[in-house]
Amino acid sequence: MTSTLTPVRKRSALTKGQLPKAAPYIVLALALIIGAAILALIGFNAFGWGIVAAILFTVGLVGWSAAVEGSRKAKDKLATCLVVGAFLIALLPLISVIWTVLVKGLPGLLDPGFLGTSMNGVTGAFDNKSVEQGAPVMGGIYHALVGTVQITLLATVISVPVGLLTAIYLVEYGEDRALSRAITFFVDVMTGIPSIVAGLFAAAFFLAVVGPGTKTGAVAAVALSVLMIPVVVRSSEEMLKIVPNELREAAYALGVRKWRTILKVVIPTAISGIASGVTLAIARVIGETAPILVTAGFATTINNNVFGGWMASLPTFIYTQILNPTSPSNPGPSDQRAWGAALVLIILVMLLNLGARLVARIFAPKAGR
Amino acid sequence: MTTTSLTKSRGAGRAGDKVFSGATLAAGCLILAVLFGVALFLVVQAFPALVASPDKIQGGQGFFAYIWPIVVGTLIAAVIALAIATPVAIGVALFISHFAPRGLASGLGYVIDLLAAIPSVVYGAWGAAFLAKEISPLYNWLADNMGWVPLFQGPASATGKTILTAGIVLAVMVLPIITSLTREIFLQTPKLHEEAALALGATRWEMIRMAVLPFGRAGIVSAVMLGLGRALGETMAVALVLSSGALTASLIQSGNQTIAAEIALNFPEASGLKVSTLIAAGLVLFVITLGVNMIARWIITRHKEFSGAN
Repeated sequence: MTSTLTPVRKRSALTKGQLPKAAPYIVLALALIIGAAILALIGFNAFGWGIVAAILFTVGLVGWSAAVEGSRKAKDKLATCLVVGAFLIALLPLISVIWTVLVKGLPGLLDPGFLGTSMNGVTGAFDNKSVEQGAPVMGGIYHALVGTVQITLLATVISVPVGLLTAIYLVEYGEDRALSRAITFFVDVMTGIPSIVAGLFAAAFFLAVVGPGTKTGAVAAVALSVLMIPVVVRSSEEMLKIVPNELREAAYALGVRKWRTILKVVIPTAISGIASGVTLAIARVIGETAPILVTAGFATTINNNVFGGWMASLPTFIYTQILNPTSPSNPGPSDQRAWGAALVLIILVMLLNLGARLVARIFAPKAGR
Repeated sequence: MTTTSLTKSRGAGRAGDKVFSGATLAAGCLILAVLFGVALFLVVQAFPALVASPDKIQGGQGFFAYIWPIVVGTLIAAVIALAIATPVAIGVALFISHFAPRGLASGLGYVIDLLAAIPSVVYGAWGAAFLAKEISPLYNWLADNMGWVPLFQGPASATGKTILTAGIVLAVMVLPIITSLTREIFLQTPKLHEEAALALGATRWEMIRMAVLPFGRAGIVSAVMLGLGRALGETMAVALVLSSGALTASLIQSGNQTIAAEIALNFPEASGLKVSTLIAAGLVLFVITLGVNMIARWIITRHKEFSGAN
């Protein structure tokens, strides 16, 4: 006879002290309205509205929860609000950077000849003319594109064999020896070398070996290799490690030599991961500025020889155009070129990141079962 | 006949094995040699500056007087960056690992990784052109209302190109590093610990405080250290954002300088002893970041052994 009563009582005990399901939406709506009202009093802007509304929402929801549900649930709500808030705060700079680059970079990029001409012969006089008389902005980034592609290619050519062979040593031959442990440790340490120190190393190395004033694309490529090798080693090592041991054992059982097993069985199995790791490593170093600044100097003309003469690159182009505008009295055109180059650089990096994912998918080993 | 062909082919195979394993060993040793070479060449090229008579060094008071203000400046910028980035990064990592809906979590992880993909020079340009301008009213407000704190002593920089702005840009740059490392560690929390906490009636926050954070403490510390290493060595954000000057305590005036930015700004035009001085500064930076990174890696390896026992 009490069995009909007990469930009712239990139910009420459980639902007692719970916020209604719509509570967050109600508080959000109130916070937005009150926030707009407060901002209207002191001058409206969207950013301030967002912040005030977020604070009001947190205070309102946590306060309501504390009053109805008790302090434990309220603390939980507060933590949730803070964590979500942290994520939204982290998104702000991303959106702001991409928006700024798009807005400021598009006019430069759409400028005719921006991708096809260099800064050769473009002087401050042209920039003054374009500001004062509305002439089109002269000059472009072709020389910097050439430099970036050549330096990055050379760095890749140096880093990939060294990095891949080291990864093979660590996975296939290392067997937890002291040497392989030392290499693992120092590769980890190398990932933390500041990029400018890598640049200084390359500069100091060539200063000692070749002589003072050696600034070429090749020096920059060496500097970038120092940054790139540890990334290649780490990603290739991870990929080689997940190749199933059964594949190696099957090859050994057929009498195949270890080196042929590695070349014909292990690497083809892991090639998708290795290729995407290399692409990500390229994406990382293509945007490096500091090492190129101290090793390749800065050029305004097209230099197709990576082993001789100063060389421009996209990041150093951006840097110098902002810091030392072509026309100091009218920095506008230089700014436009710099942001155009920044947009091109971001597009390149994003394409490389996207490419890495595509490569990983296309070359992924066919899953038999 | 058959025996000779057999031995021949075996000989070729053995040679291939030797060459290949030798090549991999050589590549591994080359990496150690490069790291050793970095230290060696920096020391060799920096040596003239370290032994030069004090009046020949920039500033005229010797290398130590030249380097210590920019070492302090580097530390100030890095500390600001970490103070901002650490709580936000842990929050973001928790959001992706424990709060976001399952289907969205990996996609949101990619979005945060995009922050790491943006080149540093673009951050620098953004900080100089956008952030500095937008944030300078805040500096004026701080100078007016909090000016009695030495950190916020006025008059505030009119351009907003201060060490605090540089620190904020650095925070944005180290955020994805700390986030991705702590996220991995939070995801490794034993599911049974989490479920046990929830089964005892813990709310989600209590579960995180009892199961996730204690498990990830060593990982968080080492992630922050790695972020510190990155913040110490970051060049472009500071070189473009900060209008440098002498060491000051105020964060909202122009002034201060970091090692990396000092090198980047002066190296292209430097010659003679100035080159040695800058390389010596680079050596100091190298030693500092090497120490920070080695401590971080040491914590990680110790943690690995510990969690392996669980």
